[in-house]
Amino acid sequence: MYYLDPHIHMVSRTTDDYELLAKMGCVGVSEPAFWAGYDRGSVDGFRDYFEQLTRFEPTRAAAYQIQHFTWLCINAKEAENVALAREVIALIPEFLDRPGVLGIGEIGLNKNTRNEATVFLEHLDLAMRTDEQILIHTPHLEDKYQGTRMILDMLADDSRIDRGRVLVDHVEEHTIGHVLDEGFWAGMTLYPVSKCTPARAADMVERYGTERLLVNSAGDWGPSKPTAVPDFILEMRRRGHAESAIRQLVYDNPLQFFSQSRAFAFHPPEITETSQV
Amino acid sequence: MLARRTTDEVLQCEFLQIRAKLIEVAAAMDRVERAEGSLEDPRWSAFQAAIEALQDAGADRAEQLQLLFSRPYSAPWRQQLGVPK
Repeated sequence: MYYLDPHIHMVSRTTDDYELLAKMGCVGVSEPAFWAGYDRGSVDGFRDYFEQLTRFEPTRAAAYQIQHFTWLCINAKEAENVALAREVIALIPEFLDRPGVLGIGEIGLNKNTRNEATVFLEHLDLAMRTDEQILIHTPHLEDKYQGTRMILDMLADDSRIDRGRVLVDHVEEHTIGHVLDEGFWAGMTLYPVSKCTPARAADMVERYGTERLLVNSAGDWGPSKPTAVPDFILEMRRRGHAESAIRQLVYDNPLQFFSQSRAFAFHPPEITETSQV
Repeated sequence: MLARRTTDEVLQCEFLQIRAKLIEVAAAMDRVERAEGSLEDPRWSAFQAAIEALQDAGADRAEQLQLLFSRPYSAPWRQQLGVPK
């Protein structure tokens, strides 16, 4: 089954992973800007990173017939440094018109601090001034519920926001209802220990349906599985769910959401009745 | 579009995995109790509360455990943190 991974950090993965993803049916990846594993020292570090995301990674992906799209921001972990964050936010517009840039992300909260909230709000303002889509990271573990509710409060405060153009990612059992009830898209991340499993993601699909729901691997430099979306496909098949429902979650929904970005120029693979769908 | 399974179908498919996960939890708790030190620890208390919650009827145990392990949300957080609306 062809699929897109709406949230995966390919800068941290080798070309072996691109080859594996291609063999497993991945035809597109969406890569938000994130933490490098350490705090970057200056805005120039981000300039180089954005260059890598918008020029080098798409080329690397294309060698494996995978279309690469990206999002730009300063992530929540580094948002504690408000001065640096403001320099990065001022830099972002230079890159917004590059091919494949879908919007602002992954912004969000980490430990739910005042500085993180301040920088989140300034990212929201940038996204509204430049008419960009938004991809949001919700915190890990014990901080997720509190942080998600705070994020939803800040989104609700801004009447400019089109909720159908916002993805709130890393939802789990205690946050998915809040996100969907507020009219946003919700992303389920299949990542060991700190997030979800394919089985729990399938459970949430069975409870909440297939509308406005995405599935991703958030594969990064930590212990993670870039082929998590195919794991989810298998779990859904084991439970007897229709191919059309599975395809909606892993192919049609990502296309529907990303198509709202002016830079989303996706070339679908040829699909016939007898070919892989 | 979404299939529905019977209780028997779910148990037929997942009994051994659930059994394995429960034994894993039991073994981990044994490991904690065999170790030196006090069990007067909020993390241990959280595990006890989670085990109690598992015994409640209903189809939202996962959500209830998530909330047990979560920091609470406070509606006036903006005032508390000094973040303007």
